[in-house]
Amino acid sequence: MISFQATDEQEIVRDAMHEFAEQVLRPRAREADEASRVPEELFAQSSELGLVSTQLPASVGGGGEARSPITNAILLEELAWGDATLALAALAPAAFAFAVADQGSEEQRRALLPAFCGPAFHAASLALVEPGPLFDPALPRTFAEPKGESGFVLSGAKSFVPLADRASHFLVVARNNGGRDAFVVPRDAEGLSISEPEKNLGLRALPTATLHLERVLVPASARLGGASGCDVQRIVDAARTALAAVQVGLSRAVLEYAVPYARERRAFDQAIGQKQSIAFRLADMHIETEAQRWLAWKAASLLEQGLPATRAAHHARAYSAQHSMWIADQGVQVLGGHGFIREHPVEMWYRNARTLGVLEGTLGI
Amino acid sequence: MIDFELSDGDRRILEHVREEALICRGYARHYDENEHEFPPDELPEARGRQAAFALLRDRDELDSGLGVISMLVTMAETWGDYSVRMRRSRHGLGNAALNAAGTPEQQKKWGGLTLAMAITEPGCGSDPSQVQTTAVLDPATDEWVLNGEKIFVTTGCRAQGVVIWATLDRTAGRAGIKSFLVEKGTPGFVVAHKEKKLGIRADDTAAYVFRDCRIPRSNLLGGDESIPKQTSGGFRGVMKTFNMTRPGVSAIGLGIAEAALDFTRDELRRAGVEIGYGGGLAGQTAVAERFVRLEALFEAAKLSVLRAAWLSGEGRPNNLESSMCKAKAGAAVREITQGCIEILGPMAVSREHLLEKWFRDVRITDIYEGTGEIQRMIVARGLLNYTRAELS
Repeated sequence: MISFQATDEQEIVRDAMHEFAEQVLRPRAREADEASRVPEELFAQSSELGLVSTQLPASVGGGGEARSPITNAILLEELAWGDATLALAALAPAAFAFAVADQGSEEQRRALLPAFCGPAFHAASLALVEPGPLFDPALPRTFAEPKGESGFVLSGAKSFVPLADRASHFLVVARNNGGRDAFVVPRDAEGLSISEPEKNLGLRALPTATLHLERVLVPASARLGGASGCDVQRIVDAARTALAAVQVGLSRAVLEYAVPYARERRAFDQAIGQKQSIAFRLADMHIETEAQRWLAWKAASLLEQGLPATRAAHHARAYSAQHSMWIADQGVQVLGGHGFIREHPVEMWYRNARTLGVLEGTLGI
Repeated sequence: MIDFELSDGDRRILEHVREEALICRGYARHYDENEHEFPPDELPEARGRQAAFALLRDRDELDSGLGVISMLVTMAETWGDYSVRMRRSRHGLGNAALNAAGTPEQQKKWGGLTLAMAITEPGCGSDPSQVQTTAVLDPATDEWVLNGEKIFVTTGCRAQGVVIWATLDRTAGRAGIKSFLVEKGTPGFVVAHKEKKLGIRADDTAAYVFRDCRIPRSNLLGGDESIPKQTSGGFRGVMKTFNMTRPGVSAIGLGIAEAALDFTRDELRRAGVEIGYGGGLAGQTAVAERFVRLEALFEAAKLSVLRAAWLSGEGRPNNLESSMCKAKAGAAVREITQGCIEILGPMAVSREHLLEKWFRDVRITDIYEGTGEIQRMIVARGLLNYTRAELS
């Protein structure tokens, strides 16, 4: 049954997240960007919100609430409206935890998930992206070499791994026997080296690093899903849907900043918002923000119902990447010189939009 | 609960409509090339087939709401062809106006007629406040006397009557404009000619002339003869008609765009082009990448339309959303059909295939029922909280 009606609980989540985004994330976004650092207390605060633990099973100490990608899409939009970078930092562990919860063996769930349910923020990350041009999540260049009883040997490099400075484990996606698999690799694994923090165009506060895997031996039990492996595409689809939801929030932030500016800023005896060239642009920014949201919700809904979501997630992702970039670009233009000045957040959103648009992985939903 | 899956009941209806749509498609080229012919009110194949609207009657709570399903049915119909239908609906845009603005007596009296709507004139389109057609009351006979010209009247040839906009007082601007119902055959009301068009050729579009055309005083839609001082009032009442017709015409265009995408996908598959969704940009051919972008654009426009229709079905205001989806769909269907032709190359412009026809048929989407620019004006006013005087 086609319906756009959020549940009462989802409305409550949206309101609570909006408040957090408005009061905690947005006021710290600029400082975090300038310092290229997430304020430490923010991790603790996001842990208190139970962003990851709420939907983990009660058997591992989680909230036991049903896994709901739609609720998470709503939540991500609100947090990203506050600041996409800080939202990513808070929810990067979800990519790891939700993949383990959804596709891990019972043994893996019992071993890895309780850490996300404690009082302190726990970091673990999905390592999907790889350095160099033409990265394709369907054809990773990190390889897993089966070594029979003793497990697998992993070789390759992973870049843009979020929270790599503090993650206890990485979920490394690698080519295995023609297919793809994901392997749980502890940060102290022999042969694994973690680079200095990467310096990126946008999402500057998000600590990311490159992992080098030089013949890292992991036991057979490190393979996500155990002997039968896992569906890596499902993890990619979830990440794409999550990123699309983040881009909706970013787009809305730009729009909601540009609209009052256009009403206030005057030129040639008129508010610039009264000129069609600006007014129509804002109308299109609004139309495209909403369209992105429906695409993200559709992909999230398919994920939630356990239906094939690859196509919908790709549509949501490709559309959001293109249009959130366009919206951020138009936001800069509406503000003119002020769009270029770091006193306003729009230039930061412009950099963040370009960065988000080419990412894969990083988030779960 | 947020959901985008169709129920089994929804699917059954849409399959039924699509089956019919394919039958209609068989006639599409003929009526495009023979613009002077009217497609029959009922195709021979319609006999013995259950009408789709009959299936809409027995719906349960698991099915999508009426607002949403009617958009999907519209899309499924035009996926076959824009204007060849199994059974022609008796309803025109004038019927929507009658339902929105007519008194109960008027609705009862004319509800059974097919009614066109005549707004546009040779000198005014997007700005209907400039309507020059006049309505003057003759107190001696208690009749309105209409004088003026109307163009671009959809279904104007076949309709049995028309809702026309005329002004009681040209100096009063929008406030002076009222709508009147005129039945065909009224002396002084002439169907001047049938327009020849780029697309949607099987759908008749008429030009009317009114010369001292006399109609009863009670034919003023809604019955209110006063001219309000403020410029909102009655005019806004008539404009409300568009809140459901704008998603509706968007759906009409999107059904055609979907046909174009399906045709292009099949041709690409036959040519051995693989379209992937799981990988990155690097693994995709330029043609496949372009196609997937058009698919996503289609989905974006379709979901915008469904959202506007869903709001209406829930009894919630959707004035802004219906303009948003119209602006979105109007642009999307152009880009999609233009893009499909570009992707397939020279074969796509051959009249052997319907793609070139679809490209012509969808072009009207961004023009009628308010151009894309008018929709953006409405959206921008809502967004910026501007009045008509502040933003025009």
